[in-house]
Amino acid sequence: MSNGSLGWRDIKPGAVVTEPGSAAAYKTGDWRSLRPIWDHTRCVKCGMCELFCPEGCVFQNDEGYFEADLSYCKGCGICARECWTGAITMVEEEE
Amino acid sequence: METFSVYVPKLAPKYEGLVPGHRFCIGCGEALAVRLASKALGRDTVITCATGCLEICTSGFPQTSWNVPWIHTLFENVGAVASGVESGLKAQMRKGKIPEKKINSVGMAGDGGTSDIGLQALSGALERGHDFLYLCFDNEAYMNTGVQRSSATPYGASTTTSPAGKVSIGQKTWKKNLPDIVAAHNIPYVATACPSYPFDLMEKVKKGAETEGPAYVHIFSPCPTGWRYPVDLTVRIGRLAVESGVFPLYEVEDGSYKLNFDFPKLRPVRDYLKAQGRFRHLSDDEIQNIQQRVEKEYKKLKVRCQET
Repeated sequence: MSNGSLGWRDIKPGAVVTEPGSAAAYKTGDWRSLRPIWDHTRCVKCGMCELFCPEGCVFQNDEGYFEADLSYCKGCGICARECWTGAITMVEEEE
Repeated sequence: METFSVYVPKLAPKYEGLVPGHRFCIGCGEALAVRLASKALGRDTVITCATGCLEICTSGFPQTSWNVPWIHTLFENVGAVASGVESGLKAQMRKGKIPEKKINSVGMAGDGGTSDIGLQALSGALERGHDFLYLCFDNEAYMNTGVQRSSATPYGASTTTSPAGKVSIGQKTWKKNLPDIVAAHNIPYVATACPSYPFDLMEKVKKGAETEGPAYVHIFSPCPTGWRYPVDLTVRIGRLAVESGVFPLYEVEDGSYKLNFDFPKLRPVRDYLKAQGRFRHLSDDEIQNIQQRVEKEYKKLKVRCQET
């Protein structure tokens, strides 16, 4: 570096992602063709849907019922299949 | 129902190591397994990840799905890098650069990165006795590049490089028994797990991370894309594999075997095979053949459990 403007110590190392969990900005919800609907009369609030969601997008709301964050839910239907009271149904996404 | 005030799933840790927004296929068993494993590992973890579905789906470059430090390595050296991370952390603690505490070094790879390409690095790391945990996510083929056979592909499965047709029945060799190969290194902890049994999986990953010395957990990860079944059956397929004895869940602690789920009567293997498109072409004779093999292996495992 003849003019001393920028040395190798000044350059940031490449390909390093410093912000953890930044993929949350990528909404995978538009992959979905089926949407889970919770029937609150049958829900016992066991949390099985939350545990078995590969996406990790099912959360418990203030009333204690579970719902899916539809900006991430890919609509796989594992929650509906594994719900032991059958409270979840998958309905067609219509636009 | 009303008598249960606390449901067991609610006792699972709320912490998520893997945030939503990752690019795994719809209904991926590996995504579920990784999510559960990251819950069990907690925050003090450094993850070394081999090439594979797990790497490409969680690290689309400007973004990352991980909440913990994560490093990508090649297929062949995840064992070497994970042991290097462990040694590096130990050296930094000795020099006082970072505070003394238990930080898990975790290697994660698929079945190709473990049983084919990365086997010698893994074997070396186990032999040197590094204090690390190795998680193998076994989806029984190279799913990342489009379903090519690996040595973990089971007998009779149709993949793009072992296609079933008039002459071929698909994969002609039996699945490599990797947990047994790892157990032969005489390491303190070896286990097999499946995301269909989430608490068993979390317990095993936690136990592996807390073990002094190398630990290995082989996690069965159903793959709807490569195994060709409807996406909502992921958890059910895993359960069928365990109930039919195709993938028994066991642990090996200091050489003593323990079967975690011992069913009085195994389900017929047909139930497991017929649910998947990759086994659709199998004739009754072949299914009988697989049934016999599964029973033989299961008996061998039970004998080992009784002996040790």
